[in-house]
Amino acid sequence: MSEQDLSAFRAEVADWMKAHLSGRFAVLVDRGHAGDGDALPDLRMEWERELAAGGWTCPAWPIEQGGRGLSISEQVAFQEEYARAGGPGRLGHIGEGLLGPTLIAFGTDAQKRRFLPPIREGRAFWCQGYSEPDAGSDLANIKTRARQDPETGDWLVTGQKVWTSLAHLSDWIFVVARCEEGSAGPKGLIFLLMPLDQKGIEIHPIRQIGGGSEFNSVFFDNARASADCVVGQPGDGWKVAMALLGFERGISTLGQQMGFARELDLIAALARENGAAESSAISNRIARAWIGLRAMRYMAMRMLADGADPQAKLESLGYKYQWSHWHRDLGKLGMDVLGFSGAAATDDPRTEKLRQLFFFTRADTVYGGTSEIQLNIIAERGLGMPKEPRGNAG
Amino acid sequence: MDLSLTEDQLFMRDEANRFLAERASSETVRAAIASGGHDPTLWGSISRELGWCGIAIPEDDGGLGLGAFEMTLLLEETGRRLTPVPLWTTVSLSAPIIRALAADDARPGLLRRIASGDLAATVALPRPSASDPFEAIDFTARLDGSRWRLSGRCAAVFNLASADLVLIPARLTNGLGLFAIERGLISGIGALDTLDPTMPVASLSLHGITVEDDARIDRSEFEASAFAAPMLWARLGLAAEQVGAASGCLELTLAYIGERVQFGRSIASFQAVKHRCAELLVRIGEARSLLYGAAQSLSAGEEQAEAEIEGAGVLASEALWRAAEEAIQLHGGVGNTWEYDPHLYLRRAQVTANLFGSTETKLARIALNLPEAAA
Ligand SMILES: Cc1cc2nc3c(=O)[nH]c(=O)nc-3n(C[C@H](O)[C@H](O)[C@H](O)COP(=O)(O)OP(=O)(O)OC[C@H]3O[C@@H](n4cnc5c(N)ncnc54)[C@H](O)[C@@H]3O)c2cc1C
Repeated sequence: MSEQDLSAFRAEVADWMKAHLSGRFAVLVDRGHAGDGDALPDLRMEWERELAAGGWTCPAWPIEQGGRGLSISEQVAFQEEYARAGGPGRLGHIGEGLLGPTLIAFGTDAQKRRFLPPIREGRAFWCQGYSEPDAGSDLANIKTRARQDPETGDWLVTGQKVWTSLAHLSDWIFVVARCEEGSAGPKGLIFLLMPLDQKGIEIHPIRQIGGGSEFNSVFFDNARASADCVVGQPGDGWKVAMALLGFERGISTLGQQMGFARELDLIAALARENGAAESSAISNRIARAWIGLRAMRYMAMRMLADGADPQAKLESLGYKYQWSHWHRDLGKLGMDVLGFSGAAATDDPRTEKLRQLFFFTRADTVYGGTSEIQLNIIAERGLGMPKEPRGNAG
Repeated sequence: MDLSLTEDQLFMRDEANRFLAERASSETVRAAIASGGHDPTLWGSISRELGWCGIAIPEDDGGLGLGAFEMTLLLEETGRRLTPVPLWTTVSLSAPIIRALAADDARPGLLRRIASGDLAATVALPRPSASDPFEAIDFTARLDGSRWRLSGRCAAVFNLASADLVLIPARLTNGLGLFAIERGLISGIGALDTLDPTMPVASLSLHGITVEDDARIDRSEFEASAFAAPMLWARLGLAAEQVGAASGCLELTLAYIGERVQFGRSIASFQAVKHRCAELLVRIGEARSLLYGAAQSLSAGEEQAEAEIEGAGVLASEALWRAAEEAIQLHGGVGNTWEYDPHLYLRRAQVTANLFGSTETKLARIALNLPEAAA
C-alpha cells in the first residue's frame, strides 16, 4: 500500500472515531484501560457493537473469517489512530486478538462458524484461564483436571484458575486443564472453550492494589465443556496455549505505544503547569522517558519489519522487558511530578489517571511473563546460556 | 519509515563484520596500540580497497551515495572491535562539515579525495565535551598578502596523528572561516596520553603558520551555529561506534563466562549472571533501535532527528559503559588484568561518555525542546 493510501486510511479511521466516539460514548474517552478495566462495562459493551457496526472489530482477521484482512501497516495505522483518538480499552480484545487467531489457526470449521461471528459482532466476550495458584511462571504445572464423560463425550472440569482478567464481564473462558491422569508438565493438557454462565463455575473478584477488581478467581466444580469445544487434540493443549500467547505480541504494541505517548504528554504538560519541570532532575527524567519511547517505537518497527536481520529477531526478545520497565518508571514519574497532590484523591481526572497508572504499572512487569522469566528467556533463547535447573518440590 | 535491513545492507554489514574479525583481531588492535593507536595497513585496506570512506558521500562526488543508516552500520562494526583507524573522524565528523560548509570550488575535490581513500581527515574541536563543541574557538586567521596566517590552539584533536588533513575553524574579523590544512604542514602536535589508546588524541598549536589562500574552504564567513547540522552526523557516528562496542564487549563476556567453571558448573548457568547479560542485551537493543530510527530520521530530514540523535547518544554511551563495567565484573580477576580486553572497552566507554555533552547535558537539551510524544 502506498504512503498516500495509508494516510487516507488513517484519515478514515480518525474520522470514524471522531464521529462515533462522541455523544453518549464521549464519556468513554481514555477509559477502561489497564487499571481501569472494569469501568463503565455496559457502555463499553455497546461501544464494541458500535465498532462492529462500523466494521472495526477484528480488522486484522482474514476476509474469509469476516475480517478486513488488513496489512501490517494498516493494522498499525488503525491501532495508532484508535489510541490517538482516546479509544476506550477494548473488552473484546481477548476474543479478537487471542482466541480468534487461535481458532483460525487450530479450530475446526464448526468452531470457527460458531465462535468467530459473535466475537466479531461484539456479542461474546472472552477471558483467559491459564494461571492457577500453583501454576504462575511455571505455567505447565497446571492442576485443574478435565475428565471425559463417557456418555456424552463432554469434558468435566474441576479446579481453580486465578488472576483471570475481566472474567466477571465475560461470557466465555478458554481453559488449559490436565486431561491425562498422572501426566506432568506440558504433556497431557487440553485446551477447552467453556461458557462461564453454568452451575459448576463460580467467579470471585480479587481486590487489586489500586482498589479496583479487574481480575478474579474462577472456581470449577465439574463444570462442563461440550465435546466439540476442544481446540486441537486432547493432550495437545500446551501447543495451542503457547500459540495463543504468540498472538499476544505484535501489532497491538504500536497502539499501546500511542497510549503510552499520550500518558507521557500528559505528565509533561502537568510538569510544566505545576512547575515540577523546573527541576532539572524531573525534566531530565521526562526527556529520558521520551527517548525510551522513541527507542521502543523503533524496536517495534524492527520487529514488525520481520526481515532477514537476525539481530532484530534476537533483540525483539527484550521487547516485553523494555516496555514494561519503561511503563513502570513512567507510573512513578507521574506521581513524582504530582508531588504530594498526587497522594490525595481528587476529582481531577488527570490526577486520577496518574494514580491508576502508578498502581497498575506495577503489574506490567508481572503479567504476561514476569521480568525474571523474560530475562531467563533472553539469556537462554537469545544468548544461548544454560537452562535453569528444575527442582522437585511442589 | 522502514527499519528492516535490505539484502544489500545486511550483506554490507556481514562482510564488514567478517573482514574486521580477521583484520582487527585483539592481537592486531594490541599491536596498533603499541605503535600509537593507528593501524596504517588496515586503514589502507578500509579506505582504498573497501571504499568505506565514501559511504555517505554522493555519487557525483565519487562516493557510494548511501545514507546515514549505512554509515551507522559500518561504524557499528568498527566500534565492535575498537578498530584503530580514523574512520569516524573522516566519514562522520569531517565529510559532513565539508559538505555543509565548503565552497563549490573546494568541496568536490575534497570529497572525492576522501571517497577514494586518499585522505584521512579530522576536525579541531575546541570543546569536545561541550554540547556545542565549537564554542570558544581559539584559532584566528588574518590575511597576510594573498596568504593566511593562523594562530591558536586546540586542546584535543581526535586521530590527529593519522590524519592527512585537518579542518580548523578560525575567527576572522567578523565571523568564522574554515581552513583545510595538510597535517604535514603542522609542527605543533602533542600526542596526549589519554585513557583510550585505540582512539588517539593530540593537542594542536599553530604559531602564525602561513597557508595559501585556497586553504580557506568555506563559502563565506559564518557563525558557529552552522556546525550544528553537520555535527549531527558526528554524534550519530559516535553513537554507532558505541553501540557496536557494547555488542563486542558483551560477546567477549559471553565467550569467557561460557568457558569458566566454578562450583562444578559453568558460571554462565548462574541466574545472576544470566540476568545481567540479558539486561545488557535489552539495553543494547534499545540503543540500537533508537540509533537506526535516528539515522533514518536524519536522512528523511525529520524534525525530531536532532532529539533522537541526542537520545541515541545517551542510550549508546550508557549501554557501552554498562557492558564494559559488567565485562570486568564477570571476568573476575582476569578482568582486572592488562592482558584481557575488557579494560579496552572500559576506556572507550569513559572517554566517549562525555563527548558532545554529558548524559545530563544531553537530557537537558532534549527537555528544553521536548517534542510531543503522541505527535
Ligand atoms: C494484572 C494481572 C492480570 C492477569 N491476567 C491474567 C489472565 O487474564 N489470565 C491468566 O491466566 N493469568 C493472568 N495473570 C497472571 C500472570 O500471568 C501471573 O501472575 C504471572 O505469570 C506470574 O505468576 P505468579 O503470579 O504465580 O508469580 P510466581 O510465578 O510465583 O512469581 C513470583 C516471583 O518469583 C519470580 N520467579 C518465578 N520463577 C522464577 C524463575 N524461574 N527464575 C527467577 N525468578 C522466578 C517471578 O519472576 C516473580 O518475581 C494476570 C496477572 C496480573 C498481575
